[in-house]
Amino acid sequence: MPAKALKHRFAKLASYTVLTVAAILVLFPLYMTVVTSLLDPTLIGHVPPYFYPPHPTWGIYADVFTQAHFGHYIVNSLIQSSLITIASVVTSLLAGYAFAMLEFPLKRTLFFLTLVTVAIPFEVTVTANYLTVVHLGYNATMIGMVLPFLASGFGIFLMRQAFLQVPYEIREASLIDGYGDVGFFFRVGIPLVRPMIGGLTLVSFLSAWNQYLWPLIQSSNTDSLRTAQIGLQTLFGSTTSITALNEYVAASIILIAPFFILLIFFQRQLIANLTSGAVK
Amino acid sequence: MSVAGRRKNSYVAYVFLAPALILLGVFVLYPFLDNFKLALYQSSPSPLIPSTYVGPSQFWQTITSSTFLQGLQATLIYTAIVVPFGLLFGLLLAVLANQKLRGMVIYRTIFSTTVISGVAVSAVIFDTLLNPVVGILPWLGININPLTSPTWALPVNALIGVWSYMGLAFIFCLAGLQSVDTSVLEAAECDGAGWWSTLFRVTIPMLSPTLFAALTLGTISALFSFGTINLLIGANAPSVNANVLGLQIYNNILVNQNFGIAACLCIALFIVTLIITGVMFRFLERRVSYAR
Repeated sequence: MPAKALKHRFAKLASYTVLTVAAILVLFPLYMTVVTSLLDPTLIGHVPPYFYPPHPTWGIYADVFTQAHFGHYIVNSLIQSSLITIASVVTSLLAGYAFAMLEFPLKRTLFFLTLVTVAIPFEVTVTANYLTVVHLGYNATMIGMVLPFLASGFGIFLMRQAFLQVPYEIREASLIDGYGDVGFFFRVGIPLVRPMIGGLTLVSFLSAWNQYLWPLIQSSNTDSLRTAQIGLQTLFGSTTSITALNEYVAASIILIAPFFILLIFFQRQLIANLTSGAVK
Repeated sequence: MSVAGRRKNSYVAYVFLAPALILLGVFVLYPFLDNFKLALYQSSPSPLIPSTYVGPSQFWQTITSSTFLQGLQATLIYTAIVVPFGLLFGLLLAVLANQKLRGMVIYRTIFSTTVISGVAVSAVIFDTLLNPVVGILPWLGININPLTSPTWALPVNALIGVWSYMGLAFIFCLAGLQSVDTSVLEAAECDGAGWWSTLFRVTIPMLSPTLFAALTLGTISALFSFGTINLLIGANAPSVNANVLGLQIYNNILVNQNFGIAACLCIALFIVTLIITGVMFRFLERRVSYAR
Protein backbone atom coordinates (compact mmCIF):
# COMPACT_ATOMS: atom_id res chain seq x y z
CA MET A 1 0.00 0.00 0.00
CA PRO A 2 1.42 3.45 -0.87
CA ALA A 3 2.54 5.51 2.10
CA LYS A 4 0.06 8.29 1.38
CA ALA A 5 -2.96 5.96 1.42
CA LEU A 6 -1.73 4.42 4.66
CA LYS A 7 -1.38 7.84 6.24
CA HIS A 8 -4.89 8.70 5.07
CA ARG A 9 -6.27 5.53 6.65
CA PHE A 10 -4.48 6.26 9.90
CA ALA A 11 -5.89 9.81 10.00
CA LYS A 12 -9.38 8.43 9.41
CA LEU A 13 -9.00 5.92 12.24
CA ALA A 14 -7.72 8.66 14.55
CA SER A 15 -10.72 10.85 13.65
CA TYR A 16 -13.20 8.09 14.39
CA THR A 17 -11.49 7.32 17.71
CA VAL A 18 -11.64 10.95 18.87
CA LEU A 19 -15.25 11.29 17.68
CA THR A 20 -16.32 8.12 19.49
CA VAL A 21 -14.64 9.12 22.75
CA ALA A 22 -16.33 12.53 22.55
CA ALA A 23 -19.69 10.90 21.81
CA ILE A 24 -19.35 8.60 24.82
CA LEU A 25 -18.49 11.54 27.10
CA VAL A 26 -21.46 13.59 25.86
CA LEU A 27 -23.92 10.70 26.09
CA PHE A 28 -22.67 9.25 29.38
CA PRO A 29 -24.96 11.23 31.74
CA LEU A 30 -28.00 10.43 29.59
CA TYR A 31 -26.98 6.80 29.19
CA MET A 32 -26.57 6.29 32.95
CA THR A 33 -30.03 7.79 33.44
CA VAL A 34 -31.53 5.25 31.05
CA VAL A 35 -29.66 2.44 32.83
CA THR A 36 -30.89 3.62 36.24
CA SER A 37 -34.49 3.74 35.01
CA LEU A 38 -34.27 0.09 33.97
CA LEU A 39 -32.55 -1.21 37.11
CA ASP A 40 -34.41 -3.21 39.67
CA PRO A 41 -34.82 -0.82 42.66
CA THR A 42 -32.74 -3.13 44.87
CA LEU A 43 -29.77 -2.74 42.53
CA ILE A 44 -29.80 1.07 42.60
CA GLY A 45 -26.92 2.44 44.62
CA HIS A 46 -24.75 -0.64 44.14
CA VAL A 47 -20.98 -0.05 44.34
CA PRO A 48 -19.52 -0.44 41.75
CA PRO A 49 -22.47 0.94 39.78
CA TYR A 50 -24.12 -1.07 37.03
CA PHE A 51 -23.21 0.25 33.61
CA TYR A 52 -25.92 -1.85 32.01
CA PRO A 53 -29.15 -3.25 33.50
CA PRO A 54 -28.72 -7.01 34.21
CA HIS A 55 -32.49 -7.61 34.24
CA PRO A 56 -34.19 -4.61 32.62
CA THR A 57 -37.51 -3.80 34.31
CA TRP A 58 -39.62 -1.96 31.78
CA GLY A 59 -42.65 -1.86 34.06
CA ILE A 60 -41.51 1.41 35.58
CA TYR A 61 -42.38 3.19 32.33
CA ALA A 62 -45.99 2.05 32.68
CA ASP A 63 -46.03 3.09 36.36
CA VAL A 64 -45.03 6.63 35.39
CA PHE A 65 -48.26 6.93 33.44
CA THR A 66 -50.58 5.11 35.84
CA GLN A 67 -49.30 6.16 39.27
CA ALA A 68 -47.66 9.52 38.67
CA HIS A 69 -50.37 11.06 36.38
CA PHE A 70 -47.74 11.58 33.73
CA GLY A 71 -50.18 10.93 30.91
CA HIS A 72 -52.15 13.93 32.12
CA TYR A 73 -49.07 16.15 32.43
CA ILE A 74 -47.95 15.22 28.94
CA VAL A 75 -51.38 16.10 27.52
CA ASN A 76 -51.12 19.49 29.29
CA SER A 77 -47.66 20.02 27.82
CA LEU A 78 -48.88 19.10 24.34
CA ILE A 79 -51.76 21.59 24.58
CA GLN A 80 -49.54 24.35 26.01
CA SER A 81 -46.71 23.84 23.52
CA SER A 82 -49.06 23.50 20.51
CA LEU A 83 -51.00 26.66 21.38
CA ILE A 84 -47.81 28.66 21.83
CA THR A 85 -46.25 27.27 18.65
CA ILE A 86 -49.30 27.77 16.40
CA ALA A 87 -50.01 31.28 17.68
CA SER A 88 -46.41 32.50 17.56
CA VAL A 89 -45.83 31.07 14.07
CA VAL A 90 -49.02 32.73 12.76
CA THR A 91 -48.32 36.12 14.36
CA SER A 92 -44.67 35.97 13.22
CA LEU A 93 -45.68 35.12 9.64
CA LEU A 94 -48.10 38.05 9.46
CA ALA A 95 -45.74 40.59 11.02
CA GLY A 96 -42.66 39.27 9.21
CA TYR A 97 -44.48 39.61 5.89
CA ALA A 98 -45.49 43.19 6.68
CA PHE A 99 -41.94 44.20 7.68
CA ALA A 100 -40.38 42.57 4.61
CA MET A 101 -42.86 43.24 1.82
CA LEU A 102 -44.99 46.28 2.66
CA GLU A 103 -44.31 49.99 2.96
CA PHE A 104 -46.08 51.93 5.70
CA PRO A 105 -45.49 54.86 8.06
CA LEU A 106 -43.48 54.15 11.26
CA LYS A 107 -42.03 50.96 9.73
CA ARG A 108 -38.51 51.57 11.04
CA THR A 109 -39.69 52.54 14.53
CA LEU A 110 -41.96 49.50 14.86
CA PHE A 111 -39.25 47.17 13.62
CA PHE A 112 -36.78 48.67 16.08
CA LEU A 113 -39.25 48.11 18.94
CA THR A 114 -39.67 44.49 17.79
CA LEU A 115 -35.91 43.99 17.96
CA VAL A 116 -35.86 45.57 21.44
CA THR A 117 -38.26 42.86 22.64
CA VAL A 118 -35.75 40.20 21.51
CA ALA A 119 -33.17 41.69 23.87
CA ILE A 120 -35.46 41.60 26.95
CA PRO A 121 -35.19 38.23 28.72
CA PHE A 122 -38.53 36.80 29.79
CA GLU A 123 -37.36 36.65 33.41
CA VAL A 124 -37.19 40.46 33.52
CA THR A 125 -40.87 40.74 32.59
CA VAL A 126 -42.15 38.00 34.84
CA THR A 127 -43.22 40.15 37.80
CA ALA A 128 -45.54 42.43 35.84
CA ASN A 129 -46.73 39.56 33.63
CA TYR A 130 -47.79 37.65 36.71
CA LEU A 131 -49.76 40.67 37.94
CA THR A 132 -51.29 41.22 34.47
CA VAL A 133 -52.46 37.62 34.22
CA VAL A 134 -53.87 37.78 37.77
CA HIS A 135 -55.76 41.01 36.91
CA LEU A 136 -57.16 39.47 33.74
CA GLY A 137 -58.43 36.56 35.84
CA TYR A 138 -56.41 33.96 33.95
CA ASN A 139 -53.98 33.04 36.73
CA ALA A 140 -53.51 29.27 37.04
CA THR A 141 -55.41 28.55 33.81
CA MET A 142 -54.24 27.23 30.44
CA ILE A 143 -54.87 30.69 28.94
CA GLY A 144 -52.64 32.27 31.58
CA MET A 145 -50.03 29.61 30.88
CA VAL A 146 -49.70 30.52 27.17
CA LEU A 147 -50.74 34.19 27.04
CA PRO A 148 -47.29 35.86 27.33
CA PHE A 149 -45.82 33.72 24.53
CA LEU A 150 -48.27 34.10 21.65
CA ALA A 151 -45.97 36.48 19.78
CA SER A 152 -42.20 36.36 19.50
CA GLY A 153 -39.83 39.08 18.40
CA PHE A 154 -37.30 36.44 17.38
CA GLY A 155 -39.94 34.65 15.25
CA ILE A 156 -40.89 37.92 13.53
CA PHE A 157 -37.23 38.59 12.78
CA LEU A 158 -36.74 35.10 11.30
CA MET A 159 -39.86 35.40 9.14
CA ARG A 160 -38.87 38.85 7.93
CA GLN A 161 -35.48 37.46 6.88
CA ALA A 162 -37.23 34.62 5.03
CA PHE A 163 -39.63 36.94 3.19
CA LEU A 164 -36.78 39.30 2.28
CA GLN A 165 -35.28 36.47 0.25
CA VAL A 166 -38.39 36.22 -1.92
CA PRO A 167 -37.40 37.99 -5.16
CA TYR A 168 -39.29 41.22 -5.66
CA GLU A 169 -40.04 40.27 -9.29
CA ILE A 170 -42.19 37.35 -8.10
CA ARG A 171 -44.28 39.77 -6.09
CA GLU A 172 -44.63 42.24 -8.95
CA ALA A 173 -45.59 39.48 -11.34
CA SER A 174 -48.30 38.23 -9.03
CA LEU A 175 -49.63 41.77 -8.45
CA ILE A 176 -50.07 42.02 -12.20
CA ASP A 177 -51.82 38.65 -12.12
CA GLY A 178 -54.38 40.33 -9.88
CA TYR A 179 -53.38 39.04 -6.45
CA GLY A 180 -53.77 41.65 -3.73
CA ASP A 181 -51.49 41.62 -0.70
CA VAL A 182 -53.67 39.13 1.14
CA GLY A 183 -53.92 36.81 -1.85
CA PHE A 184 -50.18 37.01 -2.47
CA PHE A 185 -49.46 36.29 1.20
CA PHE A 186 -51.53 33.11 1.23
CA ARG A 187 -50.92 31.77 -2.29
CA VAL A 188 -47.32 32.77 -2.96
CA GLY A 189 -45.67 34.02 0.23
CA ILE A 190 -46.43 31.18 2.63
CA PRO A 191 -45.43 28.38 0.22
CA LEU A 192 -42.11 30.15 -0.47
CA VAL A 193 -41.11 30.40 3.20
CA ARG A 194 -42.28 26.90 4.12
CA PRO A 195 -38.80 25.69 5.18
CA MET A 196 -38.52 28.55 7.66
CA ILE A 197 -42.02 27.81 8.98
CA GLY A 198 -40.85 24.25 9.66
CA GLY A 199 -37.77 25.46 11.46
CA LEU A 200 -39.61 28.03 13.57
CA THR A 201 -42.24 25.43 14.48
CA LEU A 202 -39.58 23.02 15.71
CA VAL A 203 -37.68 25.66 17.70
CA SER A 204 -40.85 27.18 19.22
CA PHE A 205 -42.22 23.80 20.21
CA LEU A 206 -38.97 22.69 21.82
CA SER A 207 -38.58 25.90 23.81
CA ALA A 208 -42.25 25.85 24.89
CA TRP A 209 -41.98 22.19 25.92
CA ASN A 210 -38.89 22.97 28.00
CA GLN A 211 -40.33 26.10 29.65
CA TYR A 212 -39.81 26.09 33.37
CA LEU A 213 -40.24 29.41 35.22
CA TRP A 214 -43.66 30.46 33.91
CA PRO A 215 -45.37 27.03 34.04
CA LEU A 216 -44.02 26.67 37.58
CA ILE A 217 -45.58 30.00 38.57
CA GLN A 218 -48.88 29.15 36.89
CA SER A 219 -49.29 25.58 38.06
CA SER A 220 -47.31 25.13 41.27
CA ASN A 221 -50.54 24.91 43.27
CA THR A 222 -52.77 23.49 40.55
CA ASP A 223 -52.04 19.83 39.90
CA SER A 224 -54.51 19.54 37.00
CA LEU A 225 -52.61 22.24 35.07
CA ARG A 226 -49.06 20.97 35.51
CA THR A 227 -46.94 20.53 32.41
CA ALA A 228 -44.65 17.54 32.14
CA GLN A 229 -41.62 19.57 33.25
CA ILE A 230 -43.43 20.75 36.38
CA GLY A 231 -44.86 17.27 36.97
CA LEU A 232 -41.30 15.97 36.90
CA GLN A 233 -40.19 18.78 39.23
CA THR A 234 -42.98 17.92 41.68
CA LEU A 235 -42.29 14.20 41.54
CA PHE A 236 -38.58 14.87 42.01
CA GLY A 237 -39.14 17.26 44.90
CA SER A 238 -41.60 15.04 46.77
CA THR A 239 -39.54 11.86 46.61
CA THR A 240 -36.90 11.02 49.13
CA SER A 241 -36.87 7.23 48.91
CA ILE A 242 -34.39 5.55 46.64
CA THR A 243 -36.93 3.03 45.39
CA ALA A 244 -39.04 5.81 43.88
CA LEU A 245 -35.97 7.18 42.16
CA ASN A 246 -36.32 5.23 38.98
CA GLU A 247 -39.88 6.51 38.63
CA TYR A 248 -38.82 10.12 38.08
CA VAL A 249 -35.77 9.01 36.18
CA ALA A 250 -38.04 7.10 33.79
CA ALA A 251 -40.31 10.14 33.59
CA SER A 252 -37.40 12.32 32.51
CA ILE A 253 -36.52 9.82 29.76
CA ILE A 254 -40.13 9.88 28.53
CA LEU A 255 -39.95 13.68 28.33
CA ILE A 256 -36.96 13.81 26.00
CA ALA A 257 -37.51 10.61 23.98
CA PRO A 258 -39.79 12.23 21.35
CA PHE A 259 -37.22 14.98 20.75
CA PHE A 260 -34.42 12.45 20.54
CA ILE A 261 -36.29 10.77 17.70
CA LEU A 262 -37.10 14.12 16.04
CA LEU A 263 -33.44 15.09 16.31
CA ILE A 264 -32.39 11.97 14.42
CA PHE A 265 -34.67 12.84 11.51
CA PHE A 266 -34.53 16.64 11.50
CA GLN A 267 -31.00 17.30 12.78
CA ARG A 268 -29.99 19.04 9.56
CA GLN A 269 -33.03 21.36 9.54
CA LEU A 270 -32.65 22.10 13.23
CA ILE A 271 -29.05 23.18 12.76
CA ALA A 272 -29.97 25.30 9.75
CA ASN A 273 -32.93 26.98 11.43
CA LEU A 274 -31.89 27.45 15.03
CA THR A 275 -29.08 29.58 13.76
CA SER A 276 -30.37 31.22 10.61
CA GLY A 277 -31.01 34.49 12.41
CA ALA A 278 -27.73 34.65 14.23
CA VAL A 279 -25.17 33.10 11.91
CA LYS A 280 -23.97 35.46 9.22
CA MET B 1 -47.60 52.95 -7.38
CA SER B 2 -50.59 55.26 -6.90
CA VAL B 3 -51.20 57.11 -3.65
CA ALA B 4 -54.46 55.22 -3.14
CA GLY B 5 -52.61 51.91 -3.58
CA ARG B 6 -50.01 52.87 -1.05
CA ARG B 7 -52.62 53.85 1.52
CA LYS B 8 -54.39 50.52 1.12
CA ASN B 9 -51.00 48.91 1.49
CA SER B 10 -50.36 50.50 4.88
CA TYR B 11 -53.85 49.56 6.05
CA VAL B 12 -53.06 45.92 5.21
CA ALA B 13 -49.67 46.27 6.93
CA TYR B 14 -51.21 47.46 10.20
CA VAL B 15 -53.77 44.64 10.14
CA PHE B 16 -50.94 42.13 9.62
CA LEU B 17 -48.82 43.69 12.37
CA ALA B 18 -51.55 44.23 14.96
CA PRO B 19 -51.69 40.78 16.62
CA ALA B 20 -47.94 40.45 17.07
CA LEU B 21 -47.25 44.03 18.10
CA ILE B 22 -50.15 44.25 20.56
CA LEU B 23 -49.04 41.00 22.23
CA LEU B 24 -45.39 42.10 22.37
CA GLY B 25 -46.43 45.48 23.75
CA VAL B 26 -48.62 44.03 26.49
CA PHE B 27 -46.43 41.07 27.48
CA VAL B 28 -42.88 42.26 26.82
CA LEU B 29 -42.50 46.05 26.59
CA TYR B 30 -45.13 47.03 29.18
CA PRO B 31 -43.96 44.55 31.85
CA PHE B 32 -40.37 45.57 31.23
CA LEU B 33 -41.18 49.24 31.81
CA ASP B 34 -43.54 48.42 34.67
CA ASN B 35 -40.56 47.11 36.68
CA PHE B 36 -39.46 50.70 37.13
CA LYS B 37 -42.81 51.57 38.74
CA LEU B 38 -43.09 48.38 40.82
CA ALA B 39 -39.60 48.97 42.18
CA LEU B 40 -40.81 52.17 43.86
CA TYR B 41 -43.49 50.43 45.92
CA GLN B 42 -43.10 48.27 48.98
CA SER B 43 -45.29 45.17 48.76
CA SER B 44 -47.65 44.65 51.66
CA PRO B 45 -47.64 41.38 53.59
CA SER B 46 -51.20 40.67 52.46
CA PRO B 47 -52.66 41.08 48.96
CA LEU B 48 -55.67 42.81 50.56
CA ILE B 49 -53.58 45.78 51.74
CA PRO B 50 -52.35 48.06 48.91
CA SER B 51 -48.61 48.47 48.56
CA THR B 52 -47.04 51.71 49.75
CA TYR B 53 -44.87 54.17 47.84
CA VAL B 54 -41.31 54.18 49.16
CA GLY B 55 -39.43 55.68 46.23
CA PRO B 56 -35.98 54.78 44.87
CA SER B 57 -34.66 54.00 48.36
CA GLN B 58 -36.00 50.45 48.04
CA PHE B 59 -33.86 49.91 44.95
CA TRP B 60 -30.70 51.21 46.67
CA GLN B 61 -31.37 49.15 49.77
CA THR B 62 -31.91 46.03 47.69
CA ILE B 63 -28.76 46.35 45.61
CA THR B 64 -26.55 47.17 48.60
CA SER B 65 -27.88 44.30 50.74
CA SER B 66 -25.55 41.41 51.45
CA THR B 67 -28.11 38.98 49.97
CA PHE B 68 -27.92 40.78 46.64
CA LEU B 69 -24.14 41.06 46.65
CA GLN B 70 -23.71 37.36 47.46
CA GLY B 71 -26.26 36.54 44.78
CA LEU B 72 -24.44 38.71 42.26
CA GLN B 73 -21.18 36.96 43.07
CA ALA B 74 -22.77 33.52 42.67
CA THR B 75 -24.39 34.58 39.38
CA LEU B 76 -21.10 35.88 37.98
CA ILE B 77 -19.17 32.75 39.04
CA TYR B 78 -21.85 30.52 37.51
CA THR B 79 -21.77 32.47 34.23
CA ALA B 80 -17.96 32.57 34.15
CA ILE B 81 -17.90 28.76 34.30
CA VAL B 82 -20.83 27.94 32.01
CA VAL B 83 -20.16 30.22 29.07
CA PRO B 84 -16.41 29.80 28.34
CA PHE B 85 -16.36 26.04 28.92
CA GLY B 86 -19.65 25.41 27.13
CA LEU B 87 -18.52 27.45 24.15
CA LEU B 88 -15.08 25.81 24.05
CA PHE B 89 -16.50 22.26 24.18
CA GLY B 90 -19.21 23.14 21.65
CA LEU B 91 -16.58 24.53 19.28
CA LEU B 92 -14.32 21.49 19.65
CA LEU B 93 -17.22 19.13 18.99
CA ALA B 94 -18.25 21.17 15.95
CA VAL B 95 -14.72 21.08 14.51
CA LEU B 96 -14.68 17.29 15.06
CA ALA B 97 -18.11 16.84 13.48
CA ASN B 98 -17.35 19.01 10.48
CA GLN B 99 -15.13 16.35 8.86
CA LYS B 100 -16.35 14.58 5.77
CA LEU B 101 -16.61 11.02 7.04
CA ARG B 102 -19.21 8.30 6.74
CA GLY B 103 -21.65 8.07 9.64
CA MET B 104 -21.07 11.69 10.67
CA VAL B 105 -24.80 12.28 10.99
CA ILE B 106 -24.85 9.93 14.00
CA TYR B 107 -22.11 11.89 15.79
CA ARG B 108 -23.82 15.19 14.98
CA THR B 109 -27.07 13.89 16.42
CA ILE B 110 -25.33 12.72 19.60
CA PHE B 111 -23.53 16.05 20.04
CA SER B 112 -26.79 17.99 19.67
CA THR B 113 -28.70 15.93 22.23
CA THR B 114 -27.93 18.12 25.22
CA VAL B 115 -30.09 20.82 23.61
CA ILE B 116 -33.28 18.82 24.05
CA SER B 117 -33.07 18.32 27.81
CA GLY B 118 -34.90 21.07 29.65
CA VAL B 119 -34.05 22.24 33.13
CA ALA B 120 -35.99 19.56 35.02
CA VAL B 121 -34.60 16.73 32.90
CA SER B 122 -30.99 17.96 33.22
CA ALA B 123 -31.44 18.21 36.97
CA VAL B 124 -32.73 14.63 37.19
CA ILE B 125 -29.94 13.31 34.96
CA PHE B 126 -27.18 14.90 37.03
CA ASP B 127 -28.85 14.17 40.34
CA THR B 128 -28.84 10.50 39.40
CA LEU B 129 -25.19 10.71 38.46
CA LEU B 130 -23.97 12.76 41.43
CA ASN B 131 -26.26 11.49 44.17
CA PRO B 132 -24.11 10.45 47.18
CA VAL B 133 -26.04 7.19 47.59
CA VAL B 134 -27.00 6.01 44.13
CA GLY B 135 -24.60 7.88 41.85
CA ILE B 136 -21.10 7.06 40.68
CA LEU B 137 -19.28 9.24 43.23
CA PRO B 138 -18.95 6.54 45.95
CA TRP B 139 -17.46 4.23 43.32
CA LEU B 140 -14.92 6.93 42.48
CA GLY B 141 -14.06 7.17 46.18
CA ILE B 142 -15.70 10.55 46.67
CA ASN B 143 -17.90 10.45 49.75
CA ILE B 144 -19.21 13.98 49.96
CA ASN B 145 -22.50 15.23 48.60
CA PRO B 146 -21.43 18.08 46.29
CA LEU B 147 -24.92 19.57 46.42
CA THR B 148 -24.72 20.29 50.16
CA SER B 149 -21.13 21.51 50.06
CA PRO B 150 -20.60 25.31 50.12
CA THR B 151 -17.54 24.81 47.92
CA TRP B 152 -18.99 22.49 45.30
CA ALA B 153 -22.72 23.24 45.07
CA LEU B 154 -22.36 26.16 42.66
CA PRO B 155 -19.61 24.65 40.44
CA VAL B 156 -21.60 21.41 40.13
CA ASN B 157 -24.66 23.32 38.95
CA ALA B 158 -22.41 25.24 36.56
CA LEU B 159 -21.20 21.87 35.24
CA ILE B 160 -24.80 20.98 34.42
CA GLY B 161 -25.08 24.37 32.73
CA VAL B 162 -21.94 23.63 30.68
CA TRP B 163 -23.44 20.32 29.55
CA SER B 164 -26.73 21.96 28.50
CA TYR B 165 -25.16 24.98 26.78
CA MET B 166 -22.52 22.85 25.01
CA GLY B 167 -25.17 21.37 22.67
CA LEU B 168 -26.44 24.79 21.63
CA ALA B 169 -22.89 26.08 21.13
CA PHE B 170 -22.18 22.96 19.06
CA ILE B 171 -25.17 23.60 16.79
CA PHE B 172 -24.22 27.25 16.30
CA CYS B 173 -20.58 26.45 15.57
CA LEU B 174 -21.41 23.60 13.18
CA ALA B 175 -23.82 25.79 11.24
CA GLY B 176 -21.14 28.48 11.12
CA LEU B 177 -18.47 26.02 9.97
CA GLN B 178 -20.70 24.73 7.23
CA SER B 179 -21.09 28.23 5.85
CA VAL B 180 -17.30 28.75 5.85
CA ASP B 181 -16.00 28.62 2.31
CA THR B 182 -14.14 25.30 2.01
CA SER B 183 -11.84 26.69 -0.68
CA VAL B 184 -10.21 28.91 1.95
CA LEU B 185 -9.54 25.88 4.14
CA GLU B 186 -8.17 23.96 1.16
CA ALA B 187 -5.94 26.91 0.30
CA ALA B 188 -4.59 26.91 3.86
CA GLU B 189 -3.89 23.19 3.56
CA CYS B 190 -2.12 23.71 0.25
CA ASP B 191 0.05 26.41 1.83
CA GLY B 192 1.19 23.77 4.29
CA ALA B 193 -0.72 25.06 7.32
CA GLY B 194 -1.13 22.34 9.96
CA TRP B 195 -4.36 21.36 11.69
CA TRP B 196 -3.82 23.65 14.70
CA SER B 197 -2.70 26.70 12.78
CA THR B 198 -5.61 26.26 10.35
CA LEU B 199 -7.95 26.09 13.35
CA PHE B 200 -6.60 29.21 15.05
CA ARG B 201 -5.63 31.34 12.05
CA VAL B 202 -8.40 30.47 9.59
CA THR B 203 -11.36 28.60 11.07
CA ILE B 204 -11.86 30.53 14.31
CA PRO B 205 -11.49 33.99 12.71
CA MET B 206 -13.96 33.00 10.00
CA LEU B 207 -16.28 31.64 12.64
CA SER B 208 -16.03 34.74 14.82
CA PRO B 209 -19.52 36.16 14.02
CA THR B 210 -21.08 32.82 15.03
CA LEU B 211 -18.94 32.53 18.16
CA PHE B 212 -19.90 36.07 19.12
CA ALA B 213 -23.63 35.34 18.69
CA ALA B 214 -23.35 32.12 20.74
CA LEU B 215 -21.32 33.96 23.38
CA THR B 216 -23.82 36.79 23.91
CA LEU B 217 -26.88 34.50 23.83
CA GLY B 218 -25.22 32.07 26.25
CA THR B 219 -24.16 34.85 28.62
CA ILE B 220 -27.65 36.36 28.82
CA SER B 221 -29.28 33.00 29.50
CA ALA B 222 -26.62 31.98 32.06
CA LEU B 223 -27.03 35.24 33.99
CA PHE B 224 -30.74 34.51 34.44
CA SER B 225 -30.63 30.75 35.03
CA PHE B 226 -31.69 29.28 38.33
CA GLY B 227 -33.65 26.12 37.43
CA THR B 228 -31.24 23.34 38.39
CA ILE B 229 -30.26 25.20 41.58
CA ASN B 230 -33.94 25.54 42.50
CA LEU B 231 -34.50 21.83 41.90
CA LEU B 232 -31.33 20.33 43.33
CA ILE B 233 -30.61 22.70 46.23
CA GLY B 234 -33.82 24.67 46.80
CA ALA B 235 -34.10 26.46 50.13
CA ASN B 236 -30.48 25.65 51.05
CA ALA B 237 -29.12 27.79 48.22
CA PRO B 238 -28.05 30.74 50.44
CA SER B 239 -26.16 28.49 52.87
CA VAL B 240 -24.16 26.82 50.09
CA ASN B 241 -23.28 30.08 48.27
CA ALA B 242 -25.59 29.32 45.35
CA ASN B 243 -28.34 31.91 45.82
CA VAL B 244 -28.11 33.25 42.26
CA LEU B 245 -30.14 36.34 41.33
CA GLY B 246 -32.53 34.40 39.07
CA LEU B 247 -33.47 32.26 42.06
CA GLN B 248 -33.95 35.34 44.24
CA ILE B 249 -36.32 36.85 41.65
CA TYR B 250 -38.32 33.63 41.50
CA ASN B 251 -38.52 33.34 45.30
CA ASN B 252 -39.62 36.95 45.69
CA ILE B 253 -42.45 36.49 43.21
CA LEU B 254 -43.76 33.09 44.12
CA VAL B 255 -42.67 32.39 47.67
CA ASN B 256 -42.54 35.82 49.34
CA GLN B 257 -44.97 37.58 46.94
CA ASN B 258 -42.69 40.60 47.31
CA PHE B 259 -43.11 42.18 43.88
CA GLY B 260 -41.29 45.41 44.75
CA ILE B 261 -38.08 43.57 45.60
CA ALA B 262 -38.53 41.25 42.62
CA ALA B 263 -38.78 44.29 40.32
CA CYS B 264 -35.66 45.85 41.89
CA LEU B 265 -33.75 42.59 41.33
CA CYS B 266 -35.00 42.39 37.71
CA ILE B 267 -33.77 45.91 37.00
CA ALA B 268 -30.42 45.25 38.68
CA LEU B 269 -29.87 41.99 36.81
CA PHE B 270 -30.89 43.60 33.54
CA ILE B 271 -28.34 46.38 34.13
CA VAL B 272 -25.67 43.78 34.90
CA THR B 273 -26.57 41.99 31.66
CA LEU B 274 -26.37 45.26 29.71
CA ILE B 275 -22.96 46.07 31.16
CA ILE B 276 -21.52 42.63 30.42
CA THR B 277 -22.92 42.38 26.89
CA GLY B 278 -21.94 46.03 26.33
CA VAL B 279 -18.34 45.25 27.29
CA MET B 280 -18.43 42.24 24.93
CA PHE B 281 -19.64 44.41 22.06
CA ARG B 282 -17.10 47.10 22.85
CA PHE B 283 -14.04 44.87 23.14
CA LEU B 284 -14.84 41.71 21.21
CA GLU B 285 -17.02 42.78 18.33
CA ARG B 286 -14.17 44.86 16.90
CA ARG B 287 -12.23 41.64 16.55
CA VAL B 288 -15.12 39.85 14.85
CA SER B 289 -14.51 39.78 11.13
CA TYR B 290 -17.75 39.95 9.23
CA ALA B 291 -15.98 40.09 5.90
CA ARG B 292 -16.17 36.85 4.01
